[in-house]
Amino acid sequence: MKSLGQRLHLDMPLLVGLLLLATISLVVLYSAGGQDVQLLVRQLLRFGLAFGLMLALAQVPPHYFQQIAPWLFGAGLLLLIAVFLFGAHAKGAQRWLQIGGMRFQPSEIMKLAVPLMVAWYLGDRPLPPNLLRATVTLILIVVPAAFIAKQPDMGTALLVASAGLFVLLLSGLRWRVIGGAALLLGVAAPLLWRMMHDYQRQRVLTFLDPEQDPLGAGYHILQSTIAIGSGGVFGKGWLNGTQSYLDFIPERTTDFIFAVYGEEFGLIGALLLLALFLFVIVRGLIIAYDAQTNFNRLLAGGLILSFFMYILVNIGMVTGLVPVVGVPLPLISYGGTSLVTLMASFGILMSIHTHRKREPS
Amino acid sequence: MNTTTSITVHPARRLAVLALLALAAAVLVWRAVDLHIVHKEFLRDQGAARYLRVVTLPAHRGMITDRNGEPLAVSTPVESVWANPRELATARADWPRLAALLDLDATRLAGYLATRLEREFVYLKRRIDPDLAARVMALNVPGVALTREYRRYYPEGEVTAHVLGITGVDDNGQEGIELAYDDWLHGVPGAKRVIKDRLGRIVQDVESLRIPRPGRELRLSIDRRIQYLAYRELKSAVLEHQAQAGSVVVMDTTTSEVLAMVNLPAYNPNRPSEVHTGRTRNRAVTDLFEPGSTVKPFTVAAALESGQYRADTMIDTAPGLLRIGSREINDIHDYGRIDVATVIQKSSNVGAAKMALALPAKSLWQTFSHAGFGATTGSGFPGEAGGVLTYYPHWHEVDRASLAFGYGLSVTTLQLAEAYAAIANGGQLHPASFLPLNTPVNSSTVMQTDTAATLRAMLERATNEGGTGLLARVTGYRVAGKTGTVRKHGAEGYASDRYLSLFAGFAPASHPRLAMVVMINEPGGTQYYGGQVAAPVFAHVMAGALRLLNVAPDDLAIASLQLAQNSRSTGLYKVSTLPARDTSLSHDTGNAE
Repeated sequence: MKSLGQRLHLDMPLLVGLLLLATISLVVLYSAGGQDVQLLVRQLLRFGLAFGLMLALAQVPPHYFQQIAPWLFGAGLLLLIAVFLFGAHAKGAQRWLQIGGMRFQPSEIMKLAVPLMVAWYLGDRPLPPNLLRATVTLILIVVPAAFIAKQPDMGTALLVASAGLFVLLLSGLRWRVIGGAALLLGVAAPLLWRMMHDYQRQRVLTFLDPEQDPLGAGYHILQSTIAIGSGGVFGKGWLNGTQSYLDFIPERTTDFIFAVYGEEFGLIGALLLLALFLFVIVRGLIIAYDAQTNFNRLLAGGLILSFFMYILVNIGMVTGLVPVVGVPLPLISYGGTSLVTLMASFGILMSIHTHRKREPS
Repeated sequence: MNTTTSITVHPARRLAVLALLALAAAVLVWRAVDLHIVHKEFLRDQGAARYLRVVTLPAHRGMITDRNGEPLAVSTPVESVWANPRELATARADWPRLAALLDLDATRLAGYLATRLEREFVYLKRRIDPDLAARVMALNVPGVALTREYRRYYPEGEVTAHVLGITGVDDNGQEGIELAYDDWLHGVPGAKRVIKDRLGRIVQDVESLRIPRPGRELRLSIDRRIQYLAYRELKSAVLEHQAQAGSVVVMDTTTSEVLAMVNLPAYNPNRPSEVHTGRTRNRAVTDLFEPGSTVKPFTVAAALESGQYRADTMIDTAPGLLRIGSREINDIHDYGRIDVATVIQKSSNVGAAKMALALPAKSLWQTFSHAGFGATTGSGFPGEAGGVLTYYPHWHEVDRASLAFGYGLSVTTLQLAEAYAAIANGGQLHPASFLPLNTPVNSSTVMQTDTAATLRAMLERATNEGGTGLLARVTGYRVAGKTGTVRKHGAEGYASDRYLSLFAGFAPASHPRLAMVVMINEPGGTQYYGGQVAAPVFAHVMAGALRLLNVAPDDLAIASLQLAQNSRSTGLYKVSTLPARDTSLSHDTGNAE
């Protein structure tokens, strides 16, 4: 007798973790958004849509994902090229593609398409990959990432690249290859620096010394660390975050929502949120470990590690550990695009886990 | 598709991934602890520094009233409109409406803001009335806010302009009484701690740090009614005679309280943009002039005090000319042998000079300096001039003779009024005061009581038949006073066509209450004698002031009433002899210093 969860191909621990995170998101957004019920309703609708997509994808057996992986990747790449050629400009960047009345961001597709593609490419063949296949994999990763970085959208490029690289790492690439690549990157770093846009360089410099420009670029980091730190152990309480209410926290419903959260719920709240994230990640890793094919395992591992990367980059940025890159806090920040992609990846994870064949006893 | 379940397992790789994960999680936890606990205090202070602000609470300036409590200067609340340009920039569509309401040029406002977009505070318009401010706020333009300020308002306008002075845009006294008593009038602003948001809007009051203490009220000795009267009369005289300037000082003879002090040209202190520096001077205390014949009573006082002269001592002024070295002193007519009283009545320069020459220089100097010449009155009025009275050992004979009829020294209108008040007050001089006094303070002796009484009688004769100050008379009162017509000293010596018309005196002569000096600078018409130009002003102001103060008339003789009427209707020349022309030094002699 199958339970309801099993029949719907749901992974209960993952679902509970995600629902808890969504609840926290709505609670914090109510405060960060200035108690705007409209904003809350809109985000609730997005959650509904995203959870629906997750549920739908969970029904799809994983081998379908394997089949469509190269097609999705190819389509995504074409769209990226289209953006490069005809994309709409918004806020100084060219990220959007206007089709009819709809705008959409092909780089979001790549967040899924790149790990799918890499897992497809490596999963079919003996592991660990040899140097040639590792090189091909790198090209599969770097080309879309480069297009995204060119838009310019460093944050997404970083996430897309890391999603692919995680898959490559999990595929059992030899340590000396990894070491060699790291060395190569170190050598290439000055070149990368020269290729960066002025504002990107400024962000790195500001990250290194925020006090250097407290009213300009360093402002974001200073304000958010102040907000978090002033929360203390227990926080100032829900709806009582002075820094956020007085409008001192920039982008406080989106990228910097962790600052609002940290101020109002303090260290206890921050640790609780981290624990919840960790719970979801660990559950994802268990799913990857339990996966029965190389493709499934590589894909599950890559997706959950890129989810982890999201968290690391966002919280690291808000707490002043890494430079400011425009990455929202997954599941918590206001906004729909990245939420949909994320929930799709969780749908894939659930599909992988619930479509396992019974182990021969 | 790979249907086999053959799956490659790398335990080391799995461990590495888990270790990486654990490390990253540990870093995040460490950072959270670091911020929330280790740096909490510092960050909390930093946070507080961002939203806790101390704002000042303006305290209004004290009111200035006249001696009867009538307001002369009051502070009324006004609003200043300011904006945060960064925020205002988000509502460019609202700019024209804002500009129209504030009566600013829309394109100029846009230009003004365009160069200040990086700032967080600019004034759009200062000191507008609260009604308009309310309408500006009703526009609901983002980034626009108000600050309460106080504006000084002077109900009497130009009438009290010079005495009161003005305040600057920051409510500090800049001239006059406003400056002299700034410490007393100035309020102490309060302070409170508030929470402000990023755009500088006050969100919440936290605590009051200091309650604002408004400035204290200041009551002046000025009588608003007499002040107005003096201004009106001075103005009509200055207009009638096309004079350059003029001053009137009215003083209480028993206390030397200044009851009125007016000057022309004046300005409207309620329109600071119209304030011209040349008009803001309180000429009655800052401008020096040679007093001419108005000092003759003090020459006579010195003569009487010396014991060498009495009121009826005869002096030979014939032939109306006195030669000292190369210089000539002359009278208008040859008065022949006249007594001391007649020297005053006719204003004989030769007579005054002869008396001075007969006296030791020191005694003349003492009387003059005791009368307050050559030093400030001590009124404390900003910019008060003391005048020049040369120390007697440096005098030549001609200097002594010139000083006797008022050349070679300089005085202010206020000094002269104070000195005449001393004659009226039995020879006791009180320092001039702009504050009301309950009891007169620290008087000093200028002359003996009986000398003062003798002088009063002489000065009364000067406003009667045969005197030079006939037009200073007031119906119903006995007036004592002295005319003065001073040839002005310019860059090229004494001018032949530029005069100063003076009248100094007091009333009622029997029991003096008010002393007054009228000074009219450079009358441009045909008339320039003190008795023609200044004396009528004296009469009109004195008449009104005595009635306002309910001073009992001391001259109720019907004859004098009729005489007064006659003199008004028939004109000056028919009734009295010509007033003496007080100038005496010929063109080539110049001023003896």
